[in-house]
Amino acid sequence: MREITYRQALNEALAEEIERDPNVFFMGEEVAEYQGAYKVSQGLLQRFGPRRIIDTPISENGFAGLGVGAAMVGLRPIIEFMTFSFSLVAFDQVVNNAPNMFTMSGGQLNIPITFRGPNGPVHQLGATHSHATENFYASVPGLKVCAPATPRDAKGLLKTAVRDDNPVLVLEAELLYSSKGMVEPPDKELLILLGKADVKREGSDVSIICYAQTVPLALKVAAQLEEEDISAEIVDLRSIKPLDEKTIFDSVTKTHRVVIAEQDHPFCGVGAEVCYRIQKNIFDALDAPIIRVSQEDVPMPYNERLEHAVLPNAEKLIAAVKQVCYA
Amino acid sequence: MTAMQPGGQRDEVEMLSLMLLIRRFEERASQQYQAQKIGGFCHLYIGQEAVVTGAVAAVRDDDYIITAYRDHAHALARGTSADACMAELFGKETGCSRGLGGSMHFFDRRNHMYGGHAIVAAHVPLAVGMAFAIKYRGEDRVTLCFFGDGAINQGAFHEALNLAALYKLPIVFICENNLFAMGTSVKRSTSLKQIVDRTEGYDIPGEIVDGMNFREVRDKIVEVVDSIRKEPHPAFLEARTYRYRGHSMSDPASYRTKEELEKYRLDDPITRLRAQLTREEKLTNEQFDRLDKQAKETVLAAVKFAEESPQPPLEKLYDYTYADGAKP
Repeated sequence: MREITYRQALNEALAEEIERDPNVFFMGEEVAEYQGAYKVSQGLLQRFGPRRIIDTPISENGFAGLGVGAAMVGLRPIIEFMTFSFSLVAFDQVVNNAPNMFTMSGGQLNIPITFRGPNGPVHQLGATHSHATENFYASVPGLKVCAPATPRDAKGLLKTAVRDDNPVLVLEAELLYSSKGMVEPPDKELLILLGKADVKREGSDVSIICYAQTVPLALKVAAQLEEEDISAEIVDLRSIKPLDEKTIFDSVTKTHRVVIAEQDHPFCGVGAEVCYRIQKNIFDALDAPIIRVSQEDVPMPYNERLEHAVLPNAEKLIAAVKQVCYA
Repeated sequence: MTAMQPGGQRDEVEMLSLMLLIRRFEERASQQYQAQKIGGFCHLYIGQEAVVTGAVAAVRDDDYIITAYRDHAHALARGTSADACMAELFGKETGCSRGLGGSMHFFDRRNHMYGGHAIVAAHVPLAVGMAFAIKYRGEDRVTLCFFGDGAINQGAFHEALNLAALYKLPIVFICENNLFAMGTSVKRSTSLKQIVDRTEGYDIPGEIVDGMNFREVRDKIVEVVDSIRKEPHPAFLEARTYRYRGHSMSDPASYRTKEELEKYRLDDPITRLRAQLTREEKLTNEQFDRLDKQAKETVLAAVKFAEESPQPPLEKLYDYTYADGAKP
């Protein structure tokens, strides 16, 4: 194991999959000559050339659709959205074409495509550039959605996504690109299954269910709560769809109390689905109502203080944990 | 028709018989729709037959084709059986999309017919992606992308044309201009005098062809495709045609006059090819009648096949969501 950044982990995953499979190509805005808007694709053009690493004009609908069409005849495209806020311009391709093709064609055409890029609020980018899109996309049958929080998960999930025979969205997080973590060396194949959550910290009093940017937040909060003798278990979903019910239920059966820390909006958010499944399946395991900590239900304001108030943050998360623990 | 044949070499009598099959299939589909055997939307191709038959006659069987929702003819032209097409309309498991697609979503991968796409212009980027894959693999296939005049004002169309030109992809964009996007005349939807002029902005060569004339469509596409196979590039054809029926089954087409319809009926693509072949002594009246009778019988048999075919089983409802059978 060695320590690398989330950005480097993604870069390694891309390079390894492009190297491994001649049908894989990588396309998006500024991915080649500019080396990636967030430098995730640094060096790929030099290594693999312009046939495999392809710059596009600013035409998300066009190049997302190009990827789906190439996948219809057997290629395995990786399409980068500079941010998933821009994927909304390509919503028709991601929602109507990619996941429907397998059904509409009666199983003749599957779409092995990966859409990836940063997702969720960053810092003072305002309403149009701060979308957390996981709940939109996870609601669509035929799509798979994952949201890695660590460099190791980012590498392993992206590699798995590229090999999956369905459309998979890898929702990264810009705020995590420079974060570091231990990852297997490049000569050791690292694949992480979609649909497997990961207990990032064991605890006994409360389960904090989180993913992507809320994982480091929850870990920080757990350390603070430890000082107040509250032992929090951190369940990182990693994959939103498919959802790993077993790991969630095992944790809740142990702690009996749940807070969901999610980066999307509260109305029809990811946490709503998780809550539903917990109460439906293990109602008797609960000692308190579940609380969700999400964004506030407003478009993202630019002002820094207001933005902080909108986001799931440490104060809100600690208050929620204390409430479910009656502490 | 599944055997590999060089472009432009299809027997014309055989292609006339294909046009008859399409015409009789659509007439029977209309009747079965009215009898409520067919659900959803149903858009008929009657009047436009020369476009797809001319195009298919001009290319190889391994070239890719993709179209919009007026797609029954494109599948039939590619060799999908009338049985599989009618069964799809009936929503049966034996349909070309297992009864899961319906009228607007016909697919036949084996015959390189990639749909059947129902969001206007959303398949034009897909077509560009298929052409991208051809060039990526260094093949000499081409992609034929059909769409209606209504598609040319969608953003997806413009983005796709720019990408095709930028990456020099082997694709022929074929605009089946039947003068109406649903009920809106081209004159009321499009800022240009001629649709083909759209392509100038993308530096894509464009031409107009008479979409009621099988030979003209075929010969133009042979020429364009020859050029593309030598050096990949996009091309654009505006095929001027006319649909005799409304936009869909529910449309009485009151936005146009009987006189206009009659004018186009006099220029019928089947009548025209028949007259050409008869004049050249390649076809007798008896032969024509026999071909027409065959087409009618094939379609009647297809209705019987569709009627008798099983429904898609309920137990398989979740089998066609994820290719690996994943359960969310």
